[in-house]
Amino acid sequence: MNSQSPTTQPNSQPKPIHGNGTAETHPLTWRLKHHEFVHDVDTYEQLEGYAGMKKALGMTPAEVQAIIKDATVKGRGGAGFPAGIKWSLMAPNDGGPRYLICNADEMEPGTFKDRLLMEKLPHQLIEGMIIAAYTLEATLGYIFIRGEYIEAAKYLNTALDNVRVKGYLGSNILDTGWSFDIHVHTGAGRYICGEETALINSLEGRRANPRTKPPFPQVAGAWGRPTIVNNVETFNNLPAILLRGAEWYKNLSAHKSPDPGTKIYGVSGKVKFPGLWELPFGTTAREVIEDHAGGMQDGLTLKAWLPGGASTDFLTPDHLDLPMDGETIMKAGSRLGTCLIMVVDETQNMVALVRNLEEFFARESCGWCTPCRDGLPWGVKILRSLERGEGQMQDIDHLTELTKNLWIGKTFCAHAPGAMEPLQSALKYFRSEFEAGVKPVATQASQPQNIVKQA
Amino acid sequence: MMILTDRKPRVNIEAILTAQEIHDIEHYMHHYPDPRAASLDALKIVQKRNGWVDDAQVAAIAQKLGIPATDIEGVATFYNRIYRQPVGRHVILICDSIACFLMGAESLAEAFKRELGIQYGQTTADNRFTLLPICCLGNCDKAPTLMIDEDTHSLVTIESIRGLLEQYA
Repeated sequence: MNSQSPTTQPNSQPKPIHGNGTAETHPLTWRLKHHEFVHDVDTYEQLEGYAGMKKALGMTPAEVQAIIKDATVKGRGGAGFPAGIKWSLMAPNDGGPRYLICNADEMEPGTFKDRLLMEKLPHQLIEGMIIAAYTLEATLGYIFIRGEYIEAAKYLNTALDNVRVKGYLGSNILDTGWSFDIHVHTGAGRYICGEETALINSLEGRRANPRTKPPFPQVAGAWGRPTIVNNVETFNNLPAILLRGAEWYKNLSAHKSPDPGTKIYGVSGKVKFPGLWELPFGTTAREVIEDHAGGMQDGLTLKAWLPGGASTDFLTPDHLDLPMDGETIMKAGSRLGTCLIMVVDETQNMVALVRNLEEFFARESCGWCTPCRDGLPWGVKILRSLERGEGQMQDIDHLTELTKNLWIGKTFCAHAPGAMEPLQSALKYFRSEFEAGVKPVATQASQPQNIVKQA
Repeated sequence: MMILTDRKPRVNIEAILTAQEIHDIEHYMHHYPDPRAASLDALKIVQKRNGWVDDAQVAAIAQKLGIPATDIEGVATFYNRIYRQPVGRHVILICDSIACFLMGAESLAEAFKRELGIQYGQTTADNRFTLLPICCLGNCDKAPTLMIDEDTHSLVTIESIRGLLEQYA
């Protein structure tokens, strides 16, 4: 990964997100080869827009669902749960309201893909949502978008107005007898709103505390009614699947990965060209970082990387040649998450880095359950004292204990376990940096008790 | 146990909210099956006027939506973009999450604090700027990044701070 000789770099120019590909190879972004953005509904329709939706509306909902299930689309929000299976768990239609929600509350640190999809291709999301809503016999949809995405919300609202005029939203859509509309709901902060059940509470106008599961939202979600929540990028995958079929979709990543389709990969941190690229699932991290992001900035060496956001475990340069798909990255001890890589160079102190991550999680805890509300700030206190070089030997043991006591099953939702992933992997790979923050024993005698006991 | 049966309106909504604000709140109420869901929309509408939401406005929103004022207060204090105390004419939100941290966000924030003479959570004496941290703005390929009011600024450098602030009177 050393990039001190620029001549060996595979690329010296930033690469476009669409890779100069076609609708067949880059279904999510190929339109951006022809236009910087596609906000206008007619322009979108000239480029195969709403063709997948029209095809879907000519079938029965069950037929469309079978195609999506056959395509085995994995959710793009971070958990990687198959969308077809999630949908199949929705309670049967009893004639009452059924809700479809797009999770556009992109707030996972290091993740910036949904912003681009919504700012540049708002119609693709809307088309995907109409396909999903028709399949699920939904009656009303919401795009839950974070309040800071002001441009994206504006383009989505304009796009929705244009689509209503076309008759793709409203009552009796394209003479199917089915009626559906979408509203944009803007948030007002708080990372926890990205958690599916917290998002539903937030949509209902409540504090965004997660809910107990079961019942799952598919049975009792928004206002107690059957509800499906999917990520922006997941919906963006649907139009092309309807148009070209499940086999084509699965072939996009054939011989590379068991996860089908293309994925928006990205890199942030000190690389030459941070950015986003649509690539087949199973592309290696090395290819993403070196070929697409241009490698590390001159003079810097890769030390560690997060595969998909702040709540994933660190990996090392030894893992660079692994295909980036859900199963492989999990076997390597991390999670694929959102697939947006963040690189750490060798000049970065890991204790300071993890302290920043844990400060984020501590601040964003919703406060509902004690392990998360109290445990995360303890972690921050310990890390701060280690960063100042004033730690004690037990501090590292206490951090290790935290990673066990804030783990899955000990907390109400996945927030605190997510916070423990970068911490536990940093302790595993870079323990000596934490030990370097321990004050020598001779000077410890005058110190008060361990910081945890003061907390 | 005392049961409160007083159903009289406690505040005069029209005296606290403008006709336009009431109209806008009603617009959002129609988006949901339950008016409570318009809580955040209503708070954001009202916040536009003074930059923050005062006690009387909380009570008026609650009455408009037909829910207890404590529920509106619970929502207003949960979400970090609703302010329950005065802020400056412009709010600066500096991304302090990991991608920006790696690209120098901490020294950038220190430079802002020096330039403005305030800490996070404070407002300048001339009431012009309030400085706050914010979690990842989803602009990580252009880090460090920040927002001033509704504008996102990318690849911000310490050298560019003064020029940036001059755009906001």
